[in-house]
Amino acid sequence: MTEYNFAYLDEQTKRMIRRAILKGLAIPGYQVPFASREMPMPYGWGTGGVQVSAALLTPDDTFKVIDQGADDTTNAVSIRSFFERTAGVATTTATSEASVIQTRHRIPEDALTENQILVYQVPIPEPLRFLEPRESETRKMHSLEEYGLMHVKLYEDISRHGHIATSYAYPVKVEGRYVMDPSPIPKFDNPKLGNMAAIQLFGAGREQRIYALPPYTQVVSLDFEDHPFEASKADHPCGLCDATDSYLDEVIIDDQGGRMFVCSDTDYCTARQAAGHKGKDAA
Amino acid sequence: MRPLLSVQGVSKRYGAHIGCADVSFDLYPGEVMGIVGESGSGKSTLLNCMAGHIAPDAGKVIFDTRADGPKDTVTMSEAQRRMLSRTDWAFVHQHARDGLRMGVSAGGNVGERLMAVGERHYGDIRGKATDWLERVEIDATRVDDRPTTFSGGMQQRLQIARNLVTGPRLVFMDEPTGGLDVSVQARLLDLLRGLVRDMGLSAIIVTHDLAVVRLLADRLMVMKSGRVVEAGLTDQVLDDPQHAYSQLLVSSVLQV
Repeated sequence: MTEYNFAYLDEQTKRMIRRAILKGLAIPGYQVPFASREMPMPYGWGTGGVQVSAALLTPDDTFKVIDQGADDTTNAVSIRSFFERTAGVATTTATSEASVIQTRHRIPEDALTENQILVYQVPIPEPLRFLEPRESETRKMHSLEEYGLMHVKLYEDISRHGHIATSYAYPVKVEGRYVMDPSPIPKFDNPKLGNMAAIQLFGAGREQRIYALPPYTQVVSLDFEDHPFEASKADHPCGLCDATDSYLDEVIIDDQGGRMFVCSDTDYCTARQAAGHKGKDAA
Repeated sequence: MRPLLSVQGVSKRYGAHIGCADVSFDLYPGEVMGIVGESGSGKSTLLNCMAGHIAPDAGKVIFDTRADGPKDTVTMSEAQRRMLSRTDWAFVHQHARDGLRMGVSAGGNVGERLMAVGERHYGDIRGKATDWLERVEIDATRVDDRPTTFSGGMQQRLQIARNLVTGPRLVFMDEPTGGLDVSVQARLLDLLRGLVRDMGLSAIIVTHDLAVVRLLADRLMVMKSGRVVEAGLTDQVLDDPQHAYSQLLVSSVLQV
């Protein structure tokens, strides 16, 4: 503990990040550049999210990390232990007990409250990136609200697949102004982005961008009038807890084509099992 | 009648070098203006100044906007200028690759401008895109193919469809037939002439091919070293050139 400043980053860096966060909250959906630091983990492992979390944490916080919905995968375990060691904060796997939740690719199934902050790890913050490679041009498009190109992507999806095949990182429009990449969450989670009680912060370390959604922000998924947005999930109940309303992972269990569907949110699933719900594959 | 586009004293310098100097003319609705001259005479610089791609050092480019009447496009905000360039203006590049999105299907290319001005009904967009492909003589079954699979002439026609789908009033063309073989050129010119007449378009065509302006342009400007040396009705300039350079230009064309 003595080797590090609280939560690893020095106080000036945290101030700089907090400024970017405040600016992001003031302009929902706008990508605020910030001086991203080298973190003791590779890019792509959540360096942006970690920096945002470091700037937010206080000694009284309870911290939770989610990786693809799970609390016990490599990314989640390593980031959780990183802050246990460098900040000494309490950690938890229960969504309701956490005050700061860092997440990769999922929004928890349980509704969040006004006392919580959700921090997303973002690989590529620019929703227009794969359509327009020039950063100078995408910035101009954001500032002039030229978002026709985003629909060209959806158009291509429909013309090629017959429906909008984009199933994650589905672009949204924030408060009728900025088009935003919600990070690679499944589009099943998109409806939860809007009107959420918790603060949502997005950190992209390699790309050096922070953006934010203040509580109760209007977030609309882009679509066509005749091909409306649909929040899709696998059409099964959870094999372990029998939930029908949660996002499911497909798990291959043998090489005979056997498979099961389980909740991707492990906390939600274990809580339901503890409450006596039992799926068809539960032991 | 009020001119659609009024160019007044437009100049552009590249350091000590002159791009174009003190060019003025009026373009009236439904009129096609040709700009000819040798390479480096400032034709493309002038065109880019008018289309808002580069800012002129001096002069005004006044466009008769639908909403607010004549406005100087040089001093208007970038947002307004870009709005004009995807609604009332069209720009046909010499190389179709510069004007198309090569990774996007033909339908998506044509639909982009529709979506940019707020069209949000997939069926309608696709219907209009297919309709436009047929108008530029591209088979409707190719609507989902990428332009990379198209021939040069088809790419150029696709670029024209993509530009005209929002019903612009002014089309800028930079050597639209450059790099195409003569039979394809002839077909493209025929198509362009038909579209210009049917839609009542005004157009400014930059080219060094006198045959193109003979067929398409009502009026002609001859440029040399950044200045307009002669201007007038196309047939008049081509049949009875007054300036020494115009005479050279006309006499350089091989008569077959």
